[in-house]
Amino acid sequence: MSVLEARGLAMGYRQRAVGADIDLALGAGEVLCLLGPNGGGKTTLFRTLLGILPPLAGTVRVADRALADWSRQALATRLAYVPQSHAGLFAFSVEDVVLMGRTARLARFSTPSAHDRGVARACLARLGVGHLAERVYTEISGGERQLALIARALAQEARILILDEPTASLDFGNQLRVLKEIDALRRQGLSILMSTHQPEHALRVADRIALLKAGRIVGQGPRALATADALADLYGADPADVARSLPQLATA
Amino acid sequence: MILAGHRTALRLAVLSAPVFAALLAAFAFGPYPLSPAEALAALWAGPSAVNDAATVVWQLRLPRIGAGFLVGAALAAAGAAYQGMFRNPLVSPDILGVSAGAGLGAALAIYFGLPLAAVQAIAFVGGLLAVAAVVFVAGRVRRHDPVLVLVLAGVAVGTLFSAGISLVKVLADPSVQLPSITFWLLGGLNAVAPADLWLAAPLIGAGLLPMLLLRWRVNLLSLSDEEAAALGVNVARLRGVLIVSATLMTAAAVSIAGIVGWIGLVVPHAARLLVGPEFSRLLPAALLLGGGFLVAADTLARSAAAIELPLGILTALVGAPVFLWLLARSGRSGT
Repeated sequence: MSVLEARGLAMGYRQRAVGADIDLALGAGEVLCLLGPNGGGKTTLFRTLLGILPPLAGTVRVADRALADWSRQALATRLAYVPQSHAGLFAFSVEDVVLMGRTARLARFSTPSAHDRGVARACLARLGVGHLAERVYTEISGGERQLALIARALAQEARILILDEPTASLDFGNQLRVLKEIDALRRQGLSILMSTHQPEHALRVADRIALLKAGRIVGQGPRALATADALADLYGADPADVARSLPQLATA
Repeated sequence: MILAGHRTALRLAVLSAPVFAALLAAFAFGPYPLSPAEALAALWAGPSAVNDAATVVWQLRLPRIGAGFLVGAALAAAGAAYQGMFRNPLVSPDILGVSAGAGLGAALAIYFGLPLAAVQAIAFVGGLLAVAAVVFVAGRVRRHDPVLVLVLAGVAVGTLFSAGISLVKVLADPSVQLPSITFWLLGGLNAVAPADLWLAAPLIGAGLLPMLLLRWRVNLLSLSDEEAAALGVNVARLRGVLIVSATLMTAAAVSIAGIVGWIGLVVPHAARLLVGPEFSRLLPAALLLGGGFLVAADTLARSAAAIELPLGILTALVGAPVFLWLLARSGRSGT
């Protein structure tokens, strides 16, 4: 059963269509990795799946209910989004940043309670960064920020996560840490849709992969779908080069 | 966690001390000087006492100090809200053109000889028009640093409204209307009557109420729209409510005190340095500091020189250098 599903989706902006005919399904408890070149429409697709951009055609369903039928607040209790690690503007504490994930669980005029603070702390601890709670978000490293943003999504207590290039701009150690956490979250039963620029990351954590090129899904299926030829075609590279730099690929 | 709450309460208490000192000084200083003890005694004795001190404290200084505190608090709270919701530490009611818009509205109303309630209503419409124009223009300009675009759009729209104010001044009757428009544009509390307070206070309260109620959610507007929406916030509606609230507060402040610049820019920064950016802590700190700062500036304005200095000039003397300092360090992380 799929928890997040796009059917015949056309996406884009008023004057400019970015993609069309997108069929995508995220199964319960699986990790689906979206691969594709820059400008292929990954970000636009995420914005559409999150209900920030209205679809130009087709439908998006979350937990078997049309996206348009969800209120913002209710949707945020089901579907959480982890943006790329960003610098932040004001010097919020890491705990306050994570607490923002509790907003959908609060009554309109409430502020977070002691219980909410406990949840925020627990989410940080779950990712092994409990010690960051009192630190200032704008002053921690990019990797720590990414983990804080994942903790914020966990604080939403949503069962579906969308992660936009969670390993981008992280050093090697932090990349491994984030991949490990994604794997751990899947084992805890969360359903995860993520994009990445590194096929080897997809091969490590994904149950299935989807290839997005020029606004269209050109392949969707098990990891074995990522052959040197398929990736070469996706990124406009030489198959021999791809095979050389990713020896773990299945050979066609 | 509970500790953090205590720490904030402690900081607010520490903050209150200089604010109360500023209030006390405001009751004491002036053309008819009183000692702080005399001022307190006169306040304690009540408005019905028949002596000079009571008259000065209750009839002259109290309305003025009340107005000063209200105006300063309103401008600082509006500034804190604008900075958060536009994700821009360089904006404020004056930078966004709201003050000029409200100023043009008020100048027009004075020109047509309308009563104060109408002056306030038209000032509010002018302020709202200005901020709508700025947001519209900034939204159309893409591919540029949005922080800079918003500031520049605000400057341009503010200039347009200022030109309108100049036009009203040219057309105004030079003996009756012009002096009142001019002095009022420089900003000052010397013309505030208790009746003005009773009109402005409810409007400022009406603008403050949504900020107080939504104080947690305001924080989320400092994220990108996508993030805030994904966290469950109806971004457009929340921002709309806050723009109307902050503009209402600004317009009410402008309609009784004229254009007193810079407070809405500088005070939120100072408050953020003291208690951090979290809005439910920032708002009370900004209200206290803004009120205290304006009362102190007004005390200086009416007692530093033989003639009364326009308040807007004093706040600009403090605010403009601080703005330049902020601009110079805005490449680094904001406070």
